[in-house]
Amino acid sequence: MSLYASGNQTVGPYLHIGLDWLTTRDIAARGAKGERVAIEGRLLDGEGVGVSDGLVEIWQANSHGKYAHPQDQQKKRLERGFRGFGRIPTDDQGAFRFTTIKPGRVPGPGATLQAPHLVVAVFMRGMLKHLATRIYFPDEQSNAEDPLLKLVPPARRATLIAKRKAKSALEWNIILQGKNETVFFDF
Amino acid sequence: MNKRAAAKRGELPRYRSFHPGTQPEYNYPPYASTQKRCPTQPLVVAPQTLSELTGPVFGYGDIKPTDNDLTRQHRGEPIGERIVVSGRVLDENGKAVPHTLVEVWQANCSGRYPHRTDQHDAPLDPNFSGAGRTMTDAEGRYRFVSIRPGEYPWRNHYNAWRPAHIHFSLFGPAFLTRMVTQMYFPGDPLLEFDPMYNSIADQKARIRLISVFDWENTVPEWALAYRFDIVLRGRDATPMEP
Repeated sequence: MSLYASGNQTVGPYLHIGLDWLTTRDIAARGAKGERVAIEGRLLDGEGVGVSDGLVEIWQANSHGKYAHPQDQQKKRLERGFRGFGRIPTDDQGAFRFTTIKPGRVPGPGATLQAPHLVVAVFMRGMLKHLATRIYFPDEQSNAEDPLLKLVPPARRATLIAKRKAKSALEWNIILQGKNETVFFDF
Repeated sequence: MNKRAAAKRGELPRYRSFHPGTQPEYNYPPYASTQKRCPTQPLVVAPQTLSELTGPVFGYGDIKPTDNDLTRQHRGEPIGERIVVSGRVLDENGKAVPHTLVEVWQANCSGRYPHRTDQHDAPLDPNFSGAGRTMTDAEGRYRFVSIRPGEYPWRNHYNAWRPAHIHFSLFGPAFLTRMVTQMYFPGDPLLEFDPMYNSIADQKARIRLISVFDWENTVPEWALAYRFDIVLRGRDATPMEP
């Protein structure tokens, strides 16, 4: 039997009613190993206005580079209590903030290794299907050999790399349109 | 290629691309708000890696068994027509998606959400919050009890009204199977004027967002029932060559 996937539809303006119960701003709450970081930024529309009815979801590996998922069959350590999932609604100014640990490297296509990254899904009113993007880390040599970053036009790569604001504080914005438009992926 | 060895190297069967016309475009002018919220640069086509072929895993411990009954969240019963909404979650290969989280939210029977930005002049119902969740069972089945949501106006165009709908959010087994959609009701005269419903170009795909009156699951003397099956992205049969 072969079917086609159902059509996506917008979360609409009242997404909070259904989705806020699972808000997770501290992705590595329970003693997870790794370098702790706070990541904050804003979700901005085509006029540079913050999107107040939006939501970002994060998916990431632990600091050993292992996903808490049965299909990750790497011989790396799982950490009890580390799910690797974040859900962060934007506030009235379109701002979001979460804390986590920097993930380890995970395999890429062929024999490549990916640079540490967080996978991001972006939802909002006015968007009929969520967008997929990634957050990479600053001062990370392996970014130069990351198989996905290499596919991005060099001038746009910076939109995927968080900026360091303080020792353990990073800034990463989602810019939907314009000069510094964030790179979104089609998988 | 040996499947297990391929899996160890992180090479898993890839998810199929969406069939043309079955998904909305980011830039869809009839839904005015898409104009300032759609990317203007083309998406970067990327290989599916372990990061996208995995995704968050939720369990029965994340929800309460009663979370699928939206009529039992307050002291009294909500006003409205009680309904049972159930169905199966399948993948594109027709295989059940078991033990996956399903989240729903909806307006009350007068078309009002208990949300500070909903200013529609219709009564709130102190006995209805409009949110629920459940896990699919081993065969991918889910079931909610709720009340039929009302239609409501919005400001997209002159005299715009949303057809009655229930928002659905699903995860499936991977980041790539994440889906948010809306379930509509059969025979709703507003559907043909609704930009969101019409954003799905393919007619068959559009119609699949309309639930089916479900005689079999009605509860005599108590509730009517609607069936809504959801199909998530499915994988190709064989792992992709590196």
